[in-house]
Amino acid sequence: MTAPVATTAPPPSTASGSLLSKLEIDVRMLGMLAALAVIWIGFDILSGGVFLTPRNLWNLSVQTASVAVMATGMVLVIVTRNIDLSVGAILGVVGMIIGVAQVQWLPAYLGLEHWLTAPLAVLIALVAGGLIGLFQGWLIAYLGIPSFIVTLGGLLVWRGAAWWVTTGQTVAPMDTRFKAFGGGVEGALGATTTWIIAAIACGLIIVGLGLSRRRRLSFGFPVRPGWADAVIAVVACGTVLATAAIFNAYPMPMGSARAWAEARGIAWPDGGLFISQGVALPVLIAVLVGLVMTFIATRRRFGRYVFAIGGNPEAAELSGINTRWTLMKVFGLMGLLCGISACISTARLNAATNAAGTLDKLYVIASAVIGGTSLAGGIGTIAGAMLGALVMQSLQSGMVLLGVDTPLQNIVVGAVLVLAVWVDSLYRRRIK
Amino acid sequence: MHTNGTTPLVEMRNISIAFGGIKAVDGVSVDLRPGEVVGLLGHNGAGKSTLIKILSGAYRPDSGEIYVNGEHADISTPRDAKRYGIETIYQTLALADNIDAAGNIFLGREVLTPYGTLDDATMEAETRKVMARLNPHFRRFKEPVKALSGGQRQSVAIARAIYFNARVLIMDEPTAALGPAETQQVADLVLQLKKEGIGIFLISHDIHDVFGLADRVSVMKNGKLVGSANVQDVTQDEVLGMIILGKCPPGATPGPGAS
Repeated sequence: MTAPVATTAPPPSTASGSLLSKLEIDVRMLGMLAALAVIWIGFDILSGGVFLTPRNLWNLSVQTASVAVMATGMVLVIVTRNIDLSVGAILGVVGMIIGVAQVQWLPAYLGLEHWLTAPLAVLIALVAGGLIGLFQGWLIAYLGIPSFIVTLGGLLVWRGAAWWVTTGQTVAPMDTRFKAFGGGVEGALGATTTWIIAAIACGLIIVGLGLSRRRRLSFGFPVRPGWADAVIAVVACGTVLATAAIFNAYPMPMGSARAWAEARGIAWPDGGLFISQGVALPVLIAVLVGLVMTFIATRRRFGRYVFAIGGNPEAAELSGINTRWTLMKVFGLMGLLCGISACISTARLNAATNAAGTLDKLYVIASAVIGGTSLAGGIGTIAGAMLGALVMQSLQSGMVLLGVDTPLQNIVVGAVLVLAVWVDSLYRRRIK
Repeated sequence: MHTNGTTPLVEMRNISIAFGGIKAVDGVSVDLRPGEVVGLLGHNGAGKSTLIKILSGAYRPDSGEIYVNGEHADISTPRDAKRYGIETIYQTLALADNIDAAGNIFLGREVLTPYGTLDDATMEAETRKVMARLNPHFRRFKEPVKALSGGQRQSVAIARAIYFNARVLIMDEPTAALGPAETQQVADLVLQLKKEGIGIFLISHDIHDVFGLADRVSVMKNGKLVGSANVQDVTQDEVLGMIILGKCPPGATPGPGAS
């Protein structure tokens, strides 16, 4: 209070430190981007230039989508000092339910390939996933059973339920419109749409930066220097546009392109046609989920409560927060996201199998942790977890490209997880 | 005790609570009038903090009633207590370490924009105002409170209690973690709030702290009330006797715990 020592001593800052602090960039996030760059460039060199091609990056983005969606929810679960081991099993049972719904239940009323099939399947997935999540959340929050146990039990229960839905049979094929959720030719949005989305994203970035600056100025708070805002806008928009350009540089395979052209009555020239895939629907969904979850985590009261519970559960309770209901909602949200991922992976596989998502819980938890979510609770970002998912998937798909054996792949991924957490703990100790 | 006739701000009557067969608070009655500071004294484990946590809604009593402004009050959650204008500064401060000062001050009572999102700018502006009054040197509005010093954390906890126009303030060992200068500042604040007509329960095991600030003292021992007294009517030694021996001096009103 009257001790000015603690308040006026400026932190020792280097030139680069003050530059980063002016830009208000998270050093941790920068480290992750650097690690990702090393992985990408390393694999590109080792694979003789195959890794950093539009084709591989496009595939990488589609492969990452399902885990990335679930990782956003896992951040909130871990932030509240809990864990969810059942995400892969929930994905499995929900995938099975919507598979059967598309192949058996809905056709009985609507007929095959009805336009309502896909939206209804998605709705069923969201409701089923959300209800399973809420039920587990209720057991954890209101009955006080540790989340580790509830979701470990859930892992067995929902995996068993997935088998039970069709007594182990694989259900295929999916509705044609539904298949769009898996990417592939049906789910590629094309060059024009991709550019439009990129333009909208750039517009939102610039407007958002401007609004937040104006709001802080109107209250007389300190703001970033103008040049720093400009640099951030240029880098962010540049990244969006470059990503769009890469996705658009990947053409449809010849056969699909011919079918596409014929469907639109376009003559097929001898040299073939270059038809851009553009961004894939599951990738767009993952990005939208990431934005919505970031909004929920940082701008909504619910998100504030989630972090408060993680930081100090007793303080949250004494502040009058309904901690149990908040916790139940966190698990409900996790289940809902599993439902979305179930749509993506079932559509991508074009089949519902009871083994879908078997190792997903590990990848999802690993993504969140690599992305900077602290298992002690209270700390984590959605963007970090999604970046973590991209790092994990890059490692995996890079090793597949290099022809590394599956057992060795798992060994490397496991080792990287432990290494990443160790480096992170070193970093956290140093900034203290 | 009701000599001057005004209705007490808060009256706790015959409060009892037991944990696993042990009566932590046993038939205790205390009251508090506007602009009054009542010191709650007793050894560690005497039941002071438990009694106060019942008033702040953290625990539900097994029996007994609470009256606010003479009317029966049903306080079963911290939210209920806050609705009656009862604010608490806990011994542990009860801050969420990973959240900044504004986030902690408004925790559970966030200001929202018309779109239902957190109005961080307004909350930060209000935080700057209230902190300017409590701790003019405070600058670290954007950092998690974990990064703050003990005194700074204390002022965040105090700001949270007084910002929402408290009528009753409970301070549980408010100076336990503070240096002499900061302790003096808390004392000044207590006197200022008292002038504004706020009633304060001051919990401490340090009898000197309490004698300097309180109008009355209530002493607890083994969960029971030894007695209550106006500070002018008793000496510090007599109060020490109440705390240690449970012996009620002639200047005090004996309670059920007096030996």
